[in-house]
Amino acid sequence: MHVYKNLLTRSFAVFIFLIALVQPLQAATPSDPNVAGFAGAEYWDVVRKGNEGKTQVQGAEAGSLINVQGEYWRYWRNEWITPAGAIALGGTLGLLAIFYLIVGQKKLDHPRTGKKIERWKRLDRANHWTVAILFIILGISGLSLLYGKFFLRELMGDGIWSVYIMLCKQVHNYLGPLFAVGLLFMIVRWMKHNFFNRVDLNWFLKGGGIIGNNHPSAGYMNGGEKVWFWLLTFVGIAVCASGLVLDFPNFGQFRETMQWANIIHAAGSLLLLAASLGHIYIGTLGTEGALEGMKTGYVDETWAKQHHDLWYNDIKDKSEN
Amino acid sequence: MANMKFLCDSKRCIECNGCVTACKNENEVEWGINRRRVVTINDGEPGETSISVACMHCSDAPCMAVCPTDCFYRTDDGIVLHNKDICIGCGYCLYACPFGAPQFPSSAAFGERGKMDKCTFCAGGPEEDHSPEEKAKYGANRIAEGKLPMCAELCSTKALLAGDANEVSDIFRERVIYRGHNDGAWAAEDELAYDASQPKA
Repeated sequence: MHVYKNLLTRSFAVFIFLIALVQPLQAATPSDPNVAGFAGAEYWDVVRKGNEGKTQVQGAEAGSLINVQGEYWRYWRNEWITPAGAIALGGTLGLLAIFYLIVGQKKLDHPRTGKKIERWKRLDRANHWTVAILFIILGISGLSLLYGKFFLRELMGDGIWSVYIMLCKQVHNYLGPLFAVGLLFMIVRWMKHNFFNRVDLNWFLKGGGIIGNNHPSAGYMNGGEKVWFWLLTFVGIAVCASGLVLDFPNFGQFRETMQWANIIHAAGSLLLLAASLGHIYIGTLGTEGALEGMKTGYVDETWAKQHHDLWYNDIKDKSEN
Repeated sequence: MANMKFLCDSKRCIECNGCVTACKNENEVEWGINRRRVVTINDGEPGETSISVACMHCSDAPCMAVCPTDCFYRTDDGIVLHNKDICIGCGYCLYACPFGAPQFPSSAAFGERGKMDKCTFCAGGPEEDHSPEEKAKYGANRIAEGKLPMCAELCSTKALLAGDANEVSDIFRERVIYRGHNDGAWAAEDELAYDASQPKA
């Protein structure tokens, strides 16, 4: 029976081919031309690719029967960004802990002279701490939105979890635009200090003087600080821009735009979070005398000479003249 | 237990929108939200086809996989439901869903979407069956009464089928056999092919 059917199909195919030679248009339909209205595989393939139909329901993309793009978004978000972000954050934390245990804090080579040099003006510090505090709040709320479901719900119970995660979303959505404003202000204000030069090349070649008593020269900003600045500039702006796209659905962005924005936002912010751990470590635990610069605005002369010798010389020349 | 599915027979659907109306009435769905919609492909042209679409209660549901709050759950009947008390209205389920099933009452600035709403297969929500809270948040719970979703029950041409996947496909397979054509179903030949020489399932 099967063989018979197969034979029939084949002879039918040959028949179609013969028709095709004479009447190409008619033979192009996949179905038996005698039975009208039976949509075949090709018909549905077009629908699957996003061909929209008509519907009485109003709303964005209501005419789209199927949108396969979401599957890719789900795949990238759940299979790549979620684990990669966890590895990046956990790995950075682990490396910093090991580094601290082995190398320890970078001490001042010489005793403090007690002479204070102004490094950050009040506006710089206000700007830095506004952006820093917002960054930490956005970081915690954002990480809760990505990773919270894996352990926090169990830990908190549904009652607290529902309040906490709602708070995370609201705080993230309302403070996010403020962070963007603070960051932009910082970028504009500090850009002049952060252009790379030959001194930075030497600084990088010596690994920033992280290990041992090796102190490569540095101006007002060293190479590492400049890298952090440009990372915040480029990745930070991408994160802010994609965040604003996600934050304002009132402009009617389609699903595909939102999916892209979410991927950029998540990947960029996880990269910044991992890098920020290094910045926070160097600025607090890792270097003696670094935090007071951003806290009080002034650093000790010894610290300035050790970490930013070229800047120190500039300041000294200016004050002597 | 059963594995509940919808199936819309595109050869029977006449775009009457009865299912949409039945759903809105039965579940008293908020203005602006349509848990079900009918889409017509090639409207007014040869090969015009209509399909009624809502949440498909996927076995591997994308909404469930991406939800930051983990508010989705699957019932013993294979129905995908969600808890509106936990939902934060982030919209991720909408980004992931292939069918555009998740609906939001608003789409205001700062991501103020309100709680997500979608087809429940007329199975209510996590609250106590037939409680006023369940009725207000999720609408009807016909499954608890041993009934099928209102949209399918009221379908004038019986295009929209709802029920256990095996029974739904048995009914559909029988129809396709009677139609006697390789494209008599609605998918590619190799997916829903039939062999007339075989006894009926």
